[in-house]
Amino acid sequence: MFEILGITSQALFGQLLIGLINGAFYAMLSLGLAVIFGMLNIINFTHGALYMIGAFVAWMLLNYLGVGYWWALVISPIVTGALGVLIERFMLSRLRDLDHLYGLLLTFGLALIFEGLFRQKFGSSGLPYRPPAELTGGTNLGFMFLPNYRAWVISFSLVVCLGTWYAIEHTRLGSYLRAATENPALVQAFGINVSRMITLTYGFGVGLAALAGVLAAPIYQVNPLMGSNIIIVVFAVVVIGGMGSILGSIITGFALGVAEGLTKVFYPEASSTVIFVIMAIVLLIRPTGLFGRSS
Amino acid sequence: MSTQPVSHSEASPVNGTTSVVPFIALAVCLIVGPSLIYPVFLMKALCFALFACAFNILLGFTGLLSFGHAAFLGMASYSSAHAAKVWGLTPELAIAFGTLVAMALGAVIGMLTIRSRGIYFANITLAFAQMVFFFCLQAKFTGGEDGIQSVPRGSLFGLISLKSDMAMYVFVAVVFFVAFVMIHRIIHSPFGQVLRAVRENEARAISLGYKAEQYKLAAFILSATLAGLAGSIKALVFQLASLTDVTWQMSGEVVLMTLLGGVGTIFGPAVGAFVIVSMENYLAELGSWVLVVQGAIFVLCVMTFRRGIVGTASYYWNKRQQG
Repeated sequence: MFEILGITSQALFGQLLIGLINGAFYAMLSLGLAVIFGMLNIINFTHGALYMIGAFVAWMLLNYLGVGYWWALVISPIVTGALGVLIERFMLSRLRDLDHLYGLLLTFGLALIFEGLFRQKFGSSGLPYRPPAELTGGTNLGFMFLPNYRAWVISFSLVVCLGTWYAIEHTRLGSYLRAATENPALVQAFGINVSRMITLTYGFGVGLAALAGVLAAPIYQVNPLMGSNIIIVVFAVVVIGGMGSILGSIITGFALGVAEGLTKVFYPEASSTVIFVIMAIVLLIRPTGLFGRSS
Repeated sequence: MSTQPVSHSEASPVNGTTSVVPFIALAVCLIVGPSLIYPVFLMKALCFALFACAFNILLGFTGLLSFGHAAFLGMASYSSAHAAKVWGLTPELAIAFGTLVAMALGAVIGMLTIRSRGIYFANITLAFAQMVFFFCLQAKFTGGEDGIQSVPRGSLFGLISLKSDMAMYVFVAVVFFVAFVMIHRIIHSPFGQVLRAVRENEARAISLGYKAEQYKLAAFILSATLAGLAGSIKALVFQLASLTDVTWQMSGEVVLMTLLGGVGTIFGPAVGAFVIVSMENYLAELGSWVLVVQGAIFVLCVMTFRRGIVGTASYYWNKRQQG
C-alpha cells in the first residue's frame, strides 16, 4: 500500500485497469478504421454502429438460440462482417469514383439507420450480458484485485491487434494489400482482383469492430447507444495516431485509454475531454498525427 | 484530386446577374407564411435554414465538409441565453454577444483545422465540436442536462416587446432575410469567386497568387459566425438553450439539410431545412423511426440524388432553357 498525492494505490491501479480496458477497445476499433481507411480512403462512420451490432448479435445468440459467449466470439464477427461485405459491395463500391466525402456521408446515414432500428426494438436502456463461467471471479495480485474477464479482454485484444499488424506487415497477403493501397491499378494489372480485396478488407475491419463489441458486452451493457458513445473518441484516437497507420493506431489506442484513466484519478473533471485536448496539441505540433505520413 | 467535387457548380449562375425574382418570392413567402403555418414552427425552420445556409458557405462554396458545426450553433445559443437571462441584456445585444462568441470560437477552431483537408478536416472539426460538447456538459453556466430554461425574449432595443410569437416572428424573418441576401452577395463577390477557385483547384488558385489558407479561414469564420447568429436567435425563440444544439447529431443534421436541399445552391439549404424540420415535426411521435428515416434520406441522397432538390430542379430548368 502506498499513496501518491493523496491517492491510494488501489484507486490508481483500479483506474489504470479501466484505462487499459478502454484502451483495448479504442485500439481494436481504431485498428479497424485504419485498415479500412488505408484501402478505401474513407472514414467508416458506421464503425460504432457495427460494434454495437456485434454486441447485439452475441446477445441475440444467447437469448434467442442459447448459443454462448465462446461461439459468439466466432459467429458475431462473421455475421457482422458479412453485413459489412454487403454494404461495401452494393453501396460503397458505387461511390469509389466520387469524392471520398460521399463515402463518409453514406456511412453516417447507415449509422443513423442501424442505431434507430435497434433503439426502436430494444429501447435505450442497456441489456445485461454475463461473462462466461470460465472467466468469472478474479485474481488477487497483492496490490490489486484483477477480475479474470478483464485480464482476458486485455490479453486477447492485444493478441488480435498484434496478429492483424503481423498479417498486414509481414505476410504475402498483407503485402498485396499494402501494394493495392499504394497503386491499385498496377496491382490489378498483375492479376489480383483489387475490387474483391477492397470488399474483403472492409468486411475484415467490420469484423474487428464486431469482435470488440462481443468483448465489450459483459463489461458495459449491451446498448443501442454504445456505438455512438465510443466512436467519436475513437475518431480522435485515429487523428492523434495518424490516419491509416496500423501500429500507430494500436499504440495510441492503448496509450490514450491509460491517459484517460490516469486523468480520472488526478483530475476527474477533465477525464472526458483529455483525449480531445491531446488531439489539439498533437495537431499543432504534428498535423499528420504521431505516426501518420504526410499526404 | 481528380475525383468529382461534392458540389455542383452548374446549379447556380456564376456571374452576379441572378434575377431578383426568387428573392421577391422568398419575401412574399415570409410575409404570407404566418397566416398559413404556426409561427413557432416557421421560426424554428428559419433558424435551421439560416444554420444550413451558413454551413453551405463552407461545404458548397469552399469545398470543406465541417462535421462540427453544432459547436457554433450551441455555444452561441448558450451565450445569448446566458446574456439575456443572467445579465439581462436586450435581445439584440444578447444575439450580438452570442454571435461574437461563435465568431471567436470559429477563429480558434478554424486556425487549428484549416490546414487539413477532405476527410481529415471533417474528422478534426468533429472532434473539436465534441470537446465543446463536453465543455458545455460540465461548465456551470450551461446548467448541464437541464440547459438554460425560461430565457426572457425581452424588448427589442428596450422598446418593442418580443413576447408575442407574431412580434418574434417578424424579427426572425427580417434577420433571416437580411442574412440570406448578405450570404448571396458574399458568394457572388470577388471574395466568393476566390473561394470557388480554391474549391475547384486549390493549387492553381495558390499559383495565381491567392493565399488559399487565409481565404478558407475567412470562410470558416464567416460560416461559424452566421451559424452562431442562428443559434442565438433560436435560444430566444424557444427561450431555451440545451445540449441538443451541441451534439454531433446536430452537426450531422445540418449536413443532411444541405445535402437534401442541394449543396452549393443558394436556396437549397433553406429548402432542405424546411423539409427536415417538418419531417421531424410529423414523425415526432414515432420515436426512433425519425433516426431511421433521416439515415435513409442520407443514403438515398448520397446514392442517387447528389444534386439535391434545388440542384436537380435548376439542372432540369437549365436543360429545358437550352434545348
